[in-house]
Amino acid sequence: MNGKPKIGVYVCHCGTNIAGTVNVEEVRDFAASLPDVVVARNYSYMCSDPGQALITEDIKNYGLNRVVVASCSPRMHEPTFRKTLESGGLNPFYLEMANIREQCSWVHEDPIAATEKAKRLLEAAVVKARNLEALEQKEVDVEPSCLIIGGGIAGIQAALDIADAGFKVYLVEKSPTIGGHMAQLDKTFPTLDCSACILTPKMVDVANHPNIELMTYSQVEEITGYIGNFNVKVRKKARFVDMDKCTGCGDCAEACRLAGRIPNEFDEGIGMRGAIYLPFPQAVPAKYTIDKENCLFLAKGKCGETPKCQEVCQAGAINFEQQDEIVEFKVGTIIVATGYDVFDARKKPEYGYGIYDNVLTALEFERLVNASGPTGGKIVMLERGKKKKKKEEEAEAPKVPKSITFIQCVGSRDKSVGNEYCSRVCCMYTAKLAHLVKDKIPDCEVTIFYMDVRAFGKGFEEFYDRVRREGVRYIRGNPSEIFRRGDKLVVKAEDTLTATPLEHETDMVVLSVGLVPRSDNREIIDILKLSQSSDLFYLEAHPKLRPVDTASDGIFLAGVCQGPKDIPDAVAQAKGAASAAMIPMAKGKVKVEAQTSVVNEETCRGCGFCVELCPFTAIELVEVNRQGWPVKVARVNEALCKGCGACVAACLSGSIQQRSFKDNQLLPQIKVLGVK
Amino acid sequence: MAEATQTDFQPNIVAFLCNWCSYAGADLAGTSRTQYPSNVRVIRVMCSGRVNPMFVVNALQEGADGVLVSGCHPGDCHYMQGNYYARRRFKLMRNFLEYLGIEPERVRMSWVSASEGAKWKEVIEEVVEGVKAVGPMNKFQRRQLNW
Ligand SMILES: Cc1cc2nc3c(=O)[nH]c(=O)nc-3n(C[C@H](O)[C@H](O)[C@H](O)COP(=O)(O)OP(=O)(O)OC[C@H]3O[C@@H](n4cnc5c(N)ncnc54)[C@H](O)[C@@H]3O)c2cc1C
Repeated sequence: MNGKPKIGVYVCHCGTNIAGTVNVEEVRDFAASLPDVVVARNYSYMCSDPGQALITEDIKNYGLNRVVVASCSPRMHEPTFRKTLESGGLNPFYLEMANIREQCSWVHEDPIAATEKAKRLLEAAVVKARNLEALEQKEVDVEPSCLIIGGGIAGIQAALDIADAGFKVYLVEKSPTIGGHMAQLDKTFPTLDCSACILTPKMVDVANHPNIELMTYSQVEEITGYIGNFNVKVRKKARFVDMDKCTGCGDCAEACRLAGRIPNEFDEGIGMRGAIYLPFPQAVPAKYTIDKENCLFLAKGKCGETPKCQEVCQAGAINFEQQDEIVEFKVGTIIVATGYDVFDARKKPEYGYGIYDNVLTALEFERLVNASGPTGGKIVMLERGKKKKKKEEEAEAPKVPKSITFIQCVGSRDKSVGNEYCSRVCCMYTAKLAHLVKDKIPDCEVTIFYMDVRAFGKGFEEFYDRVRREGVRYIRGNPSEIFRRGDKLVVKAEDTLTATPLEHETDMVVLSVGLVPRSDNREIIDILKLSQSSDLFYLEAHPKLRPVDTASDGIFLAGVCQGPKDIPDAVAQAKGAASAAMIPMAKGKVKVEAQTSVVNEETCRGCGFCVELCPFTAIELVEVNRQGWPVKVARVNEALCKGCGACVAACLSGSIQQRSFKDNQLLPQIKVLGVK
Repeated sequence: MAEATQTDFQPNIVAFLCNWCSYAGADLAGTSRTQYPSNVRVIRVMCSGRVNPMFVVNALQEGADGVLVSGCHPGDCHYMQGNYYARRRFKLMRNFLEYLGIEPERVRMSWVSASEGAKWKEVIEEVVEGVKAVGPMNKFQRRQLNW
């Protein structure tokens, strides 16, 4: 800015809010005595139109190039007075405020002490204002497209909303099909709608939507850039099946030499598949995938004379030469909807999961009761790890359990496994599964061990009540052990309502496992620099007011990746994330922080301290030519910098500075405030 | 006589507050008309992570009797990690000052959230009492050096 500072100072009375305690005339006269102050005024309400007009008039008449307003908190009216400066033709960042209301007149009754403090605060503002600089409020264009990571119900819903609004969506799903956990469920609490019936139409909509580019069996490899302009690199893994040719007929899967010999992940290992497979009949896309770890031809190099699948495929879709493909594209916003894992029940060895065939996780049990599951929805005793009998007729009819026992809070509300939180869905899905048992095997005895029943949602308490009336027995107590006695399982527990120790015999135990952060969560954290809350789910920007935002602009969260929730909540959050992502896309432009850090490349020694500690990866080392020598210096990407100033405090040479909070702006404040 | 000076002594304390939590908390104390001693003068920074540990020394050199740095509670930083950086730097600086013979009561760090107006008052009262107890700071004097 041009030459000498000419500062105008405005002391606000705020009616009597300030003037009732602080002697505003005294403060004004003091201000007038300070160097570089060319005009000082006091006025009843500075924020009013005439108050603001005083400033714009003075800018014109006195040629002011700095303005100090002593009034309320800058958190209140800084935006107001910045606009005043702008309308007076002055760069809005030439404003400094002294907070003499919230932090002075309102908190100190003694007029002398309050007036003294007000003067000090004002002086600190004036000395800072002297060194303020004009800043540019930059705007960047927003690419009208969104990347959604994860194709569970949350990702699906967000994709459909955004695509329906007319924006382009790239939906990246790691597994061969979208649908996530919801696709594995049978019925859904508390209304008992069939999960597939409400989910699969949405899956098909995603596949057919002209604005959605679906990439399954794919993984995000790298994301650079910032809100409005993210560059995304995705690896589409080879599925060894030509997606354009595959008709989804399934001949290959039947022919595969390993058909029925590999545990199907989708069926939680209860059902089997071949090396070429479709996770489930309604999978989207309805295209087969060869699992290269198991495929005889790909893993061992030999599959009989010729691979069976290739032999039978009429469409000629099998392609063993297929390679991973890397695709790159730009998006303006990102929604993370990567969902969850269920708690690994092996971490509670006292429950015998993995030892006893008929100790199941609730997700396994979902597959067992599912009409399209491996048993066609028949609840039967499991014989795990047994080789499939050659001929179906030789196998005896599987036994039907006469009693089933559920254990709640397995891996939730349990400090011993590091999970303090409640998973929010288990009380209800257990009630649902108990109901389904009663529905399918009416004389089956159903017992639920619980700590507390949390039936907080819409229709939950009613549903819980209904299930109890169906004859399901609830016992309050956290079992200590499960062991085998003859052909029965014994649950050892204490009924804490009657303080009676008990041993409960049962045929089958279902562990109501909690929802935990995905074991591969770090992949996305490393790519997007997301934070985790103490439960290790992804952290939202504010627990109440910004529940779908992350600390990084343009990146949003939806579904269980942010914390345990049921389908309605996951869908609501997905809709929230979708609309949040659409705001910058609809506007087409975003303002970026102006009070960013800036490097003096002449003095920077290129140590990289700032690079390492920047939480937003806004700083990088670049090579520049310094008097003929190539040297490394730090450079700030202003679009990424959020203006915290952490780098400034770490810089040993003072080469990196934060605009509006530079050392030469703060040190004079320290000086005048330090003086006794 | 000496005793009288001790009680009359009104310390001058410079405080660095982050914009999002502690500054907002101090504003809330104002909105709630919470009364507290007027000895503390605030410098607003966007994040406690901006507070260079040398600022603490600077303030003491310039005549402040005490220094307070206040930011968001651990885990709540608007910029994710700034308050952790501040805590680490502050701790080192405090150890160093103690080594130089500066009473640890003079330098304090606190976490005050935007909803903790009442806590802000408590912090101020504690800091003021603590500094009063150790008396005026006169160990550092900024002298004009003539090279
Ligand atoms: C046993 C059980 C029963 C339940 N019953 C009910 C019920 O009856 N009613 C109800 O409302 N809720 C129920 N729930 C809860 C329900 O499963 C969840 O609320 C819902 O599935 C959450 O959906 P989501 O999209 O957030 O996550 P998910 O369903 O986990 O979907 C996440 C998707 O993201 C993909 N993904 C993960 N990481 C990546 C990556 N890095 N890149 C690309 N893709 C990735 C995954 O492959 C997956 O497809 C139940 C949960 C369990 C465990």
